[in-house]
Amino acid sequence: MIVKICVGSSCHLKGSYDVLEQMKAIVKKYNVEDIVTLQASFCLGDCAEGVTVRSESGEGADQQVIMLHHVNAENAEQLFVDQVYPLLNC
Amino acid sequence: MGNKKVFDTSVQLMKYNVLRELVRRAYEGGLENAYIEIPKIISPGPKPLLRCCVYKERAILQERIRMASGGDKTNPNVIEVIDIACDECPTNAIYVSPACRGCLAHSCQEVCPKDAITIVNRRATIDPEKCVECGRCTQACSYGALIKQVRPCMQSCKVKAISINENKKAVIDNNKCIMCGACVLACPFGAMVDKSFVLDIVKLLQESENNTKYKVYAVIAPAIVSQCRDGRIGQVVTAIKKLGFHEVVEAALGADITLWKEGNEWMERKLMTTSCCPSFVRYINLNHPELVKYISHTVSPMIETARLIKHTDPTAKCVFIGPCAAKKMEYTLEKTGGAIDLVMSFEELQAFVDARGIDTATQEDSVLNNGSFYGRIFAKSGGIVQGLLDLAKREGIEGLRPVVMNGLEQCRANLLKLKMGKSDNNFFEGMICEGGCLNGPLCITHGPRNVVDVDKYGNEAHEKSIDNSVRLYKMRYGEEE
Repeated sequence: MIVKICVGSSCHLKGSYDVLEQMKAIVKKYNVEDIVTLQASFCLGDCAEGVTVRSESGEGADQQVIMLHHVNAENAEQLFVDQVYPLLNC
Repeated sequence: MGNKKVFDTSVQLMKYNVLRELVRRAYEGGLENAYIEIPKIISPGPKPLLRCCVYKERAILQERIRMASGGDKTNPNVIEVIDIACDECPTNAIYVSPACRGCLAHSCQEVCPKDAITIVNRRATIDPEKCVECGRCTQACSYGALIKQVRPCMQSCKVKAISINENKKAVIDNNKCIMCGACVLACPFGAMVDKSFVLDIVKLLQESENNTKYKVYAVIAPAIVSQCRDGRIGQVVTAIKKLGFHEVVEAALGADITLWKEGNEWMERKLMTTSCCPSFVRYINLNHPELVKYISHTVSPMIETARLIKHTDPTAKCVFIGPCAAKKMEYTLEKTGGAIDLVMSFEELQAFVDARGIDTATQEDSVLNNGSFYGRIFAKSGGIVQGLLDLAKREGIEGLRPVVMNGLEQCRANLLKLKMGKSDNNFFEGMICEGGCLNGPLCITHGPRNVVDVDKYGNEAHEKSIDNSVRLYKMRYGEEE
């Protein structure tokens, strides 16, 4: 799975880097470092609802995309556990 | 742009008019008749605007259309001479003007080391065979009647790449030219012109089908902040997005990474020059081959930014928007690996925005905040050294003795010292344009205000250090801190 954290200007101002750090810690905490790739991304298009995080699992037609909005350092873990972790099949 | 004066010269305005009309046709149709129709639109006659007759004016406009459409593809230089636009400026170096009073002192004659001046009919006359153009007579004359005439293009060309052919037209020696673009700005007849790829950019945007096939990113040079005559920088960013770009990213972000890499690189090498100015790199390659080994291996902020974008979005296309003529060459270099797809100048951006009928002044502000203070002041001479010294202080790097080389002449002097083993410095920041990129030849306006604007823009950066940009870079390669 690829998890993309938006670092476009708008999200950047809302604290992308904090989310990024938090995500790194979360991935480590849940021991999914080998199946989750964290990436930065320029503008995911939902500037008003930043910080935006996009998770992509599967490929081609089976690809499943989840957009997380209003992510911050505090709610990142909860959002990850609720929406991303179940898709990891582990 | 209305009627208000935006450009420094009417030569720029002429170039702009051609570009704007071409871009308009690229969208609204009529490109196939551009060569016939545009000259008549710009110079409708019967009286010429600037030159001897409408016919010559229109013929030159056709050449401008050719340059605006990419120029001569077989010529590797990004700058070409429009020979019919070259006005064959006089080349007799010293000219005796009518201000000569035929005085009794003859100080011109007294000071001439070659006895080239004689007084004929109470007037100084110069023997061109003897004159060595030293210019002493021009200073000696009490009336300032003797004038040293140099072609503006040749005077601006510090690497002596411009000569005059048998038809008295300027010719560029591609083996000497460093593509700095100084002559483009200097020629009062607009005969030295940079190639434009703006039509290719239009095509790239159109074929993206509103960024659905692939996304097109604009990478903007920090010098842009001094070029916003129609609105604030945030409004310019909105205008660029309305042209069809998916996202606008500051090259200052890449500059932060370049700075960090150069700091680390210096720790290993202990003696090096910068590499971000493509004209400077070319200058060393052509003139000081023995110093090539000292050039930093770090890529320029333009390339670094584009690589970062393409890493996060592999099908992305990147267009650099800047003040630089040489960037139009740099992006084609093999070592950049096609990171940048096309390059557009600030002049071309102005034409593009106006051609699309986008009124920058009424746009909403977009946020633009990725680069740090240091990344943003890369645009001015001394900016890299300032950033490096800050990095050195924070990371405990010792022994750095940097020198800021502002403009080609300072570059030459310091590199010669390095070559002779007489330099005390071990870090050489080189920029070929005096003042740095903020005075680049393809800026819309030039002047002291540009420095003030760039400093202000730097101070407005959300990031005060390069740390977060570096973190982004490290993440790209999966490096842990």
